[in-house]
Amino acid sequence: MTAASKTQKMTLVQAVTQALKQEMERDESILVLGEDVGKDGGVFRATDGLIDAFGEERVMDTPLAESGIIGVSVGLAVAGYRPVPEIQFMGFIYPAVNQIFAHVARYRHRSRGQYPMPMVIRMPYGGGIHAPEHHSESYESMLANTPGLTVVIPSTPYDAKGLLISALRSDDPVIFMEPKRIYRSFREDVPEEPYTVPLSKAAVRREGNDVTIISYGSMMRPALEAADFLARDNISAEVIDVRTIAPVDVETIVTSVEKTGRAVIVHEAPTRSGFGAELSALINERALLHLLAPVQRVTGFDTVFPFAMMEAHYLPNRQRVVAAVQTALEF
Amino acid sequence: MGYKKLFRGETVRLEILNKDGKADKKSLPDISQDTMIQMYRYMRQMRAFDEKALNLQRQGRIGTYGSLRGQEAAQAGLAVNLNEKDDWLVPSFREHGVMMSLGVPMHLIYAYWKGDERGNISDKGIKCLPPSVPVGSQLLHATGIGMAMQKKGLPGVAVGFAGDGATSEGDFHEAMNFAGVFKARTLIYIQNNQWAISVPLKKQTAAESLAQRGWAYNVASMQVDGNDVLAVYEASRLALEHIRNGNGPYMIEAVTFRMGDHTTADDHSRYRTPDLIAYWEERDPIMRMKTFLINEKIMTQADDDAITNDVTKAVDSAVKELEAMPAPDPMHIFETMYAEKPWYLVEQQAMLRDELNQEKR
Ligand SMILES: Cc1ncc(C[n+]2csc(CCOP(=O)(O)OP(=O)(O)O)c2C)c(N)n1
Ligand SMILES: [Mg+2]
Repeated sequence: MTAASKTQKMTLVQAVTQALKQEMERDESILVLGEDVGKDGGVFRATDGLIDAFGEERVMDTPLAESGIIGVSVGLAVAGYRPVPEIQFMGFIYPAVNQIFAHVARYRHRSRGQYPMPMVIRMPYGGGIHAPEHHSESYESMLANTPGLTVVIPSTPYDAKGLLISALRSDDPVIFMEPKRIYRSFREDVPEEPYTVPLSKAAVRREGNDVTIISYGSMMRPALEAADFLARDNISAEVIDVRTIAPVDVETIVTSVEKTGRAVIVHEAPTRSGFGAELSALINERALLHLLAPVQRVTGFDTVFPFAMMEAHYLPNRQRVVAAVQTALEF
Repeated sequence: MGYKKLFRGETVRLEILNKDGKADKKSLPDISQDTMIQMYRYMRQMRAFDEKALNLQRQGRIGTYGSLRGQEAAQAGLAVNLNEKDDWLVPSFREHGVMMSLGVPMHLIYAYWKGDERGNISDKGIKCLPPSVPVGSQLLHATGIGMAMQKKGLPGVAVGFAGDGATSEGDFHEAMNFAGVFKARTLIYIQNNQWAISVPLKKQTAAESLAQRGWAYNVASMQVDGNDVLAVYEASRLALEHIRNGNGPYMIEAVTFRMGDHTTADDHSRYRTPDLIAYWEERDPIMRMKTFLINEKIMTQADDDAITNDVTKAVDSAVKELEAMPAPDPMHIFETMYAEKPWYLVEQQAMLRDELNQEKR
């Protein structure tokens, strides 16, 4: 990106749409497919206008079958396309899990490198939008636990565009989890030109010395709000946006914790065997002697994601992050 | 040697009432006037419930809501044939019509759409499972219940509900196949409202009908005009009789039309034309039954007015009941996860309790 490039204020979901459009213009092998991605432009409008720009041959409304959508994407990829299948909500990924785990993630290896799987599986994830049952889940840890997958979770419009373009140019399968709670919650300047943000590279959103708050996706918001709040008490929090949870950028995280000596991990998925456990293990393996307190986790409960009336109780918020930081400081 | 004919099947469609409420007299089912009125009443109750739900949603008194407008006949014609003592309902998310007809309290259905988990299930002893959102997945449960009833020699039937879109999921095909193999006492009931959100049926399948799929699994099947409550009645009666007599599973495809948005989170004007809606408006299931009942002197306008009065009252009192429900208890998030609560749920529950107590102070 050049310094002179023009920018446009846009939301995260608009940045996704723009990345798809610009890459489809550049690369004719990209196909978009999924439930309602065509005429409707996706239930969140993430693929809005693509069918008008590229036609039904490249933007396909599919039958309602997640296993089918991912399974045919494997075939399309083998035959030379770059499919971009959409799973309408992450809560409906299960029928596709067989294809993702058994095939998408393993194809490069099983074919001894002959058939990599250039595929970006997009899906909105997470809660906080008062949706019906199964529309609020965050299942990133099971995907991060599947060797062969790259799992990306942007938290800003700028990153959404740049990370998605990187994903679309990658020859490996990328799971692109879109935080739907912040699809439209704020706008920021996004360069009009295509640009990339590197995969597997975390971002330090805020520098600090007393504690490292590590998060990603829609939980970046309470993480940053907590840092602001703590600053009033002269507590200086460093805030890291992991951005790609697999393969994860261990260096940025470890370097920060070595400096601060304390780590608080925030995600909305349940605690047990969640991605926070992996982060905590990495920190313990590589920075144990720098730690001044046990690693803290602020997460969703180990329960079914509650219906809309109760979801505010479930989701991590600023207060819980602040409390965890205080626990770490007082240890 | 050479080619031999292996299979040839035929799939039928049943229609009785035309759009103007004129019945094909020779196919009229043997049915009492009371039952006809009952079905009409059910449909009116569903419509009143639905209109109120859309109002409540607009006012923010419930959350995202999935309307069943247009599908009343497809649910009422089946409901009058079911027996809440023996039969199981395995619903998806657009079956509130058949649920309320069998006695699931309307205020609980509103509560469900309000985002209140108490709306998932009623304590009235009705064999109705919580609505299933993962499209098509519940059909296998209906097959499983039907297998259990077959093994136990029970008189009931399990009715698994799904939409046209759901028939594209593998689970639909597995449910049909298992039902066929195990002679499950199961009715696979597909409300083909011709749309799966924005995707029309012709993009869902290259086949002319969904009912013809029954042949592939040796599950008896038929299509019915789902906006014709008399035809739905007769198709359901035949199907249930077939199953109750131990002849194995049945599949019905009721062809109907979703008159409104997929849910209140959708905007169907993005993918459907006003002409299409107008076409189906003329085929409204309630209007045609009303015309029939009045023309045949089975019902008077005064009877109809009394029904209007009754269904409105019932809906109003359901809303009252809904809004009189005490706020749900956040502690319930942790209950009923396991028979015995693991240590970490005990801890998390205590944490939330502390938080809430602090807020109160
Ligand atoms: C497995 C799964 N995938 C996607 C969805 C999102 N979704 C909810 S309803 C729906 C369309 C369902 O269409 P259909 O089966 O025809 O039922 P209808 O809504 O028309 O009653 C979709 C795609 C879901 N609930 N479950
Ligand atoms: Mg449908």
